[in-house]
Amino acid sequence: MKLTLKIWRQKDAKSKGGFETYTVEASTHMSFLEMLDVLNESLIREKKEPVAFEHDCREGICGACSLVINGQPHGPWAKTTTCQLHMRQYKDGDTIVVEPYRAVAFPVLKDLVVDRSSFERIIQAGGFISVNTGQPQDANSIPIDLDTASKAFDAASCIGCGACVAACPNSSAMLFTSAKVAHLNMLPQGKVEAQQRVLNMVKQMDLEGFGRCSNITACEAECPKGISIENIARMNREYWAASLGSEKIA
Amino acid sequence: MKLDGKVPPGPLPEKWTKYRSSMPLVSPSNKMRLEIIVVGSGLAGAAAAASLGELGYSVKCFTFHDSPRRAHSIAAQGGINAAKNYFNDGDSVGRLFYDTIKGGDYRSREANVYRLAEVSNNIIDQAVAQGVPFAREYGGMLENRSFGGVQVSRTFYAKGQTGQQLLLGAYQALSRQIAKGTVKMYNRHEMLDIVTIEGKTRGIITRNLVTGEIERHAAHAVLLCTGGYGNVFYLSTNAMNCNVSAAWRAVRRGALMANPCFTQIHPTCIPQSGDYQSKLTLMSESLRNDGRVWVPGKKEDAKAIQEGRKTALDIPEGDRDYFLERRYPAFGNLVPRDVASRAAKVACDEGLGVSPTGLAVFLDFSDAFERYGRSTANIKGIHNPDAATILQLGQKVIEDKYGNLFEMYEKITGENPYKLPMKIYPAVHYTMGGVWVDYNLETNIPGLFVLGEANFSDHGANRLGASALMQGLADGYFVIPYTIGNFLSKDIKTPKISTDAPEFVKTAEEVQARLNMLMNIKGNQSAESFHRRLGKLMWEYCGMGRTAEGLAKGRPLVRALREEFYRDLYVPGTMNEFNPELEKAYRVADFLELGELLMIDAQNRNESCGGHFREEFQNDKGDAVRNDEEYAYVAAWEWMDTSKDPILHKEELTFEYAELKTRSYE
Amino acid sequence: MSWFIKFITSSLGQKLVMSLTGLFLILFLLVHLLGNMQLFRDDDGYAFNAYTKFMTHNPLIEAVAILLYIFILLHSIQGVALWLQNRRSRGPQAYAVKVTKTTGTNSFASKNMASLGILIFVFLAIHMGDFWWKMKNGTAPVVQYEGEEYQDLYTIVVASFQVDWIVILYLVAMVGLFFHLLHGFQSAFQTLGINHKKYTPAIKFLGWVYAILVPLLFAAMPIYVYFFK
Repeated sequence: MKLTLKIWRQKDAKSKGGFETYTVEASTHMSFLEMLDVLNESLIREKKEPVAFEHDCREGICGACSLVINGQPHGPWAKTTTCQLHMRQYKDGDTIVVEPYRAVAFPVLKDLVVDRSSFERIIQAGGFISVNTGQPQDANSIPIDLDTASKAFDAASCIGCGACVAACPNSSAMLFTSAKVAHLNMLPQGKVEAQQRVLNMVKQMDLEGFGRCSNITACEAECPKGISIENIARMNREYWAASLGSEKIA
Repeated sequence: MKLDGKVPPGPLPEKWTKYRSSMPLVSPSNKMRLEIIVVGSGLAGAAAAASLGELGYSVKCFTFHDSPRRAHSIAAQGGINAAKNYFNDGDSVGRLFYDTIKGGDYRSREANVYRLAEVSNNIIDQAVAQGVPFAREYGGMLENRSFGGVQVSRTFYAKGQTGQQLLLGAYQALSRQIAKGTVKMYNRHEMLDIVTIEGKTRGIITRNLVTGEIERHAAHAVLLCTGGYGNVFYLSTNAMNCNVSAAWRAVRRGALMANPCFTQIHPTCIPQSGDYQSKLTLMSESLRNDGRVWVPGKKEDAKAIQEGRKTALDIPEGDRDYFLERRYPAFGNLVPRDVASRAAKVACDEGLGVSPTGLAVFLDFSDAFERYGRSTANIKGIHNPDAATILQLGQKVIEDKYGNLFEMYEKITGENPYKLPMKIYPAVHYTMGGVWVDYNLETNIPGLFVLGEANFSDHGANRLGASALMQGLADGYFVIPYTIGNFLSKDIKTPKISTDAPEFVKTAEEVQARLNMLMNIKGNQSAESFHRRLGKLMWEYCGMGRTAEGLAKGRPLVRALREEFYRDLYVPGTMNEFNPELEKAYRVADFLELGELLMIDAQNRNESCGGHFREEFQNDKGDAVRNDEEYAYVAAWEWMDTSKDPILHKEELTFEYAELKTRSYE
Repeated sequence: MSWFIKFITSSLGQKLVMSLTGLFLILFLLVHLLGNMQLFRDDDGYAFNAYTKFMTHNPLIEAVAILLYIFILLHSIQGVALWLQNRRSRGPQAYAVKVTKTTGTNSFASKNMASLGILIFVFLAIHMGDFWWKMKNGTAPVVQYEGEEYQDLYTIVVASFQVDWIVILYLVAMVGLFFHLLHGFQSAFQTLGINHKKYTPAIKFLGWVYAILVPLLFAAMPIYVYFFK
């Protein structure tokens, strides 16, 4: 099938970007990224610069791939990353608009590649349990209720791709931040520093320039791992409880 | 060169404990002054960087990704082994050791494997303390499952995302150290060479992948935790950016490449669908706990399925060949990976494959639906459930266990695996071979350590399922923090290494010259297209079944391809910018050299063992025949330049505890 | 108090202000509605004017009214500040194509809370200028019931609701209020941290009922007066 692609091209972070139009011949069995590979291969043959996009595992778990495809982060399939989106979705003659994530906290580095290091700093602010190597007791000495373990797992399955920020009309990072807060704070191991964690991580999230959550739920709708906004509610209550009900400050 | 494994003396079960408590230490005040570079931040790298940072060393950690969380450890699905014996099923450190040695077809170092089994329990404790949400039972205790090649349940897991959860645990521990300032993290920095001063590795040359800047970084010791080289086959389950370059650059500087022909072919991957395909997707080995592997017993049925005239559902039970259960009744569908892969290949070679290409076998869950459906109905008190209810209940159980894998399969193939059995085929997955290291994980170049999949040490000729995560974390958390003291304790008087040293200047210039050279070929073909062609050569001549004849044919083809590469490569863009094509180019250049070495090693090893199957060496049942007399050694290769043959150094393997037996899973 | 300033100006602190003031305003709307229902009585405004007198002369209610004014301002100013912040966070480059899917809320309402809020605020200014201001500065006419003097707000209301554009403004504003409440009601609970498998469906249901019923009854007032008085 023949497709028309409108792709955002931008030389580097400082340059101004714009859309360019390409046509590509694709097969329905390809993944979306394989279709871009085909485009790039043909651009290289013409001695033109290929389109830069991030990708790695191509099985939906590393979180490297991004892209806003026809207005949706990771494209139209629910709970699917761009790398797992297949061209079965499209038909001959379709036009596909491909853009990078848009958020000041995710500046464009080149073409479709954005800098997501703001997420790194949010994790560094408190997204861990302070335990040194070699300290722990036997793993089974901490029984954990099945539902709690499975909820913690669901929150922890975040792949850090940033689709939540890209989808949010406010460019808020609440789903990402809350998923980590919820994962750690609901486990007994993480409770020890739960209050400090939520205070520090929210502080860092604000510093990075993300927008404010207004519960639009676009993040939940577009999250390739289906992470729930229940985590946001949890972070909200833990934050005000820690701010008002403890002596801790961020 | 005499290879000294530096295995400590004493009885096997006591070696590590005794050695650990007699190793030289570095005092806290000295640790602060000692710098360590960690290249790579997957399980091994992140665990090492975090642990060394906690100890007080001054650590610099490098990854070419934008975040340590992208490392391909994240994609490991099934689980991690540990000899906890929580299930009271007779597991022990000794048994884990034995299973691993045997699974590796007796081509690994006993002492390393025993140590691995010993620290496996600490890893689970550590991970749980970090908040890794492992699967649990109703009582809140940790759940286990079975994996290939063993008869106990010792695999801890977090749905089909165990690698992700363990990597995030290590990543979070690393993030904590970054926040504390004990580790300085360099994201989007790729190591392009190591720097050796007076025979010791003292730093690395990196390229900033955003600006293209060539940078020099010095340290007292360098750790490579850069993963395996499965992508030499182009199509593999590895991530697109996995590469051998860091390890290969070290080999180019004198480190030895050990057993490169030990590559693991994983039996359960989604079959290839076309030429444009960029990677293969793994379906976790854990699926073989509940799925049964079969092909049609009759060729005409297979042909009908290949041509789309029939589906799996049209084949009556009596006409199905559950070939793993038939050939290996004791282990059934849970035979080790190499055995399962070869059996699938044999079936497909006989024309019994079930995809349009004829290269696939079925992995069928209908029995599991039935079994789980009945037991759930019992638990729920439903008497005389009808078939539909049983199916629905059973599918729910399978969905809870493997839901994400089933979803992934459907997305990629467009077929519903709850209705039709999965189609699977073997694909390159893991590389047991790697840079040669001694018991301390140190290479033959002092100060250069290699951890995780990048080294060769623990898995022999075949890795058992759920052991890769175990090894990466063991190396990072529990081995290197001790053994590096051996080297660094002698280095406490060495002042901060300067990056202005002539060796740094020279190496940086060489790196720059190499990049210039690649940019200036200005030919017509992309790096990717060379990579694809290399992959095809490797798979054809050095894939699942190898022959002396094929290898002899393959090697000159790889060399010819390499020459063509240096004649006709085209790299678009410039050096001083974000340029993924340039990255591919220098990685493919290294694969083109490694590919040749892989064939040389495969040709040298005149036996079949583990993942290395030489068709000349098999018994009448088609099982591998080892040659312990002549090949019970580690083949460590010294790479000269491309005009000369590499030199073979042998480390003889001695087995004091494990008795060398023919592996039998029957 | 610096810790408190930090808390209240943090992203989640700001949201908490929106949530609590919003919930207070929701409560106020209900009281306001119930009182104004006196308008529907066929007694030439006696009940309505009596209610007005009670509301303007009870010191407790006076005090609460001041709180109400503060909360209205806080909710509005904070809302605009958040809206500006969120525009800054998005950056100068908009998406060429933008689809906003949502999961548990109306996507038009949730995306346009600020615009809807501004609409309601403008309405509020006109509404208060029309009635509240006339009461406060004493320009309202006076009636007597059983010898007691009452300000005749009823007559003012009836007069206003004969004017076409005012009636239309009220109707448009009530549609705006409907959408604002549709998202705002349940959103306030989520911000407080109340998201529970057992209770959230009930909250969402209540939100729907409230968002439909309250604006509908308010809108019925100008319509009733316009057509029947």
